[in-house]
Amino acid sequence: MESISTQHLTGIKNLTSQDVELILSTAVQFKEIINRPIKKVPSLRDVTIANLFFENSTRTKLSFELAEKRLSADVINFSSSGSSVSKGETLVDTANNILAMKVDMIVMRHPYPGAALFLARELKKYPKSAHAQIINAGDGTHEHPTQALLDAFSIQQSCGDIAGKKVAIIGDIMHSRVALSNIYCLKKMGAEVTVCGPPTLIPKYIASLGVKISHNLMETLKWCDVANMLRIQLERQQLKYFPSLREYALHFGLTKKKLNVLNRPITIMHPGPINRGVEITSDVADSGHSIILEQVENGVAVRMAVLYLLAGKTQF
Amino acid sequence: MDTKLLLDSRHLNITIDRLCYQLIENHHQFDHTVLIGVQPRGIFLSNRIHKRLCEILGRQDIKYGKLDITFFRDDFRRRDEPLIPSETDIDFIIEDKNVVLIDDVLYTGRTIRAALDAILAFGRPRNVELLVLVDRKFSRQLPVQADYIGDTVDAITSQIVKVQWAEQEGTDQVLLYTPIKS
Repeated sequence: MESISTQHLTGIKNLTSQDVELILSTAVQFKEIINRPIKKVPSLRDVTIANLFFENSTRTKLSFELAEKRLSADVINFSSSGSSVSKGETLVDTANNILAMKVDMIVMRHPYPGAALFLARELKKYPKSAHAQIINAGDGTHEHPTQALLDAFSIQQSCGDIAGKKVAIIGDIMHSRVALSNIYCLKKMGAEVTVCGPPTLIPKYIASLGVKISHNLMETLKWCDVANMLRIQLERQQLKYFPSLREYALHFGLTKKKLNVLNRPITIMHPGPINRGVEITSDVADSGHSIILEQVENGVAVRMAVLYLLAGKTQF
Repeated sequence: MDTKLLLDSRHLNITIDRLCYQLIENHHQFDHTVLIGVQPRGIFLSNRIHKRLCEILGRQDIKYGKLDITFFRDDFRRRDEPLIPSETDIDFIIEDKNVVLIDDVLYTGRTIRAALDAILAFGRPRNVELLVLVDRKFSRQLPVQADYIGDTVDAITSQIVKVQWAEQEGTDQVLLYTPIKS
């Protein structure tokens, strides 16, 4: 039988399509488990996991913590505010200190792109920390692999096979780690992907990843089976990329009126947090074709699958 | 490998019939009893037992579920091969029910230990019994024994007992493989 090909999950880019399939098929079993009266299994009872969050998070942090607890792992949480990071400690020192407390896995969110990959490489140099497994919970504008996996899983659960599906990723593609991980993941699974947004928010070379580019929301909606709406990441924007949020909402915001023109249902996704009235209106976000809350539920199952499969790569 | 046929298709089906009648002796109409097959290999036997019981008793509503025990195993991270889960399909609560666990081969007893752990997620059963097609003697690592046994085999650790099913391998038979000493 197959096992996952990697020790760390730093991004979707270095996973094989078999890895993605294995994670998604394992997540099916975990979804059944988290819908039982007793939602806990003992698989990771001898594993200790540290959640290192150097950047704000609600969903991802809670989702990882729940996934870890439902696998019976011991969990410690760390956030950079109120820690020694503000006293000048480096990332590698922080990680080494946490690992010295006999921690097996690190789930990390960091504002810098490549932070998870950097940590995975650096820790190999320290014999006492080389065993540790790193899971990227979002690194700046780079990747957010578990989000892409849960998005793929949600598409699979609500629309069936991913291969051949037409998926549109709409919004701030430039600053979105969700967009990049989703593109890698969906392409590996055989979906067609279009990115849509204002020209200033589409990276110049994104077409080299095999995606189509559109600046017209209506055309994109007419084409797609699934629309994944992204938030405008104002906190990462140093420049003005469009005149106003109001103008952005007018051209790229998803409304009931625009969907009604299509005469066929499309599946609506959003990784959260939602800015209601900007990229998506409330009536669309809360409609029957929106699977936004299913994505959140599936997130726990997919993260359980990732933790389980990675932990299975190590020996007791 | 030296191969010995323990049960052929005819004997295997006679054995399944006998196991069904033994179950009926104790559980009558199965009003308070549920059948739980253990994934992955116990399912072929539990499918047959369920089907045959429905035929004999003339009812289709005997409760039957499939249990995957992967996440309750005690050898996770202690073996080289990965443990890949199968489907669990139990759409009822087993609270206060008589549970009959069904597996093909009883060997070390560790699968059944995990199954006993896993089944508690669906409620507290009144009692749990174990039905196996083949009981391998001399190799138990835990204090586990079956209540209904198809056949008992004296097999040492180096030998392999393989139950084959028409649905999977094309033939119903039970084989004993013995490695040939060089």
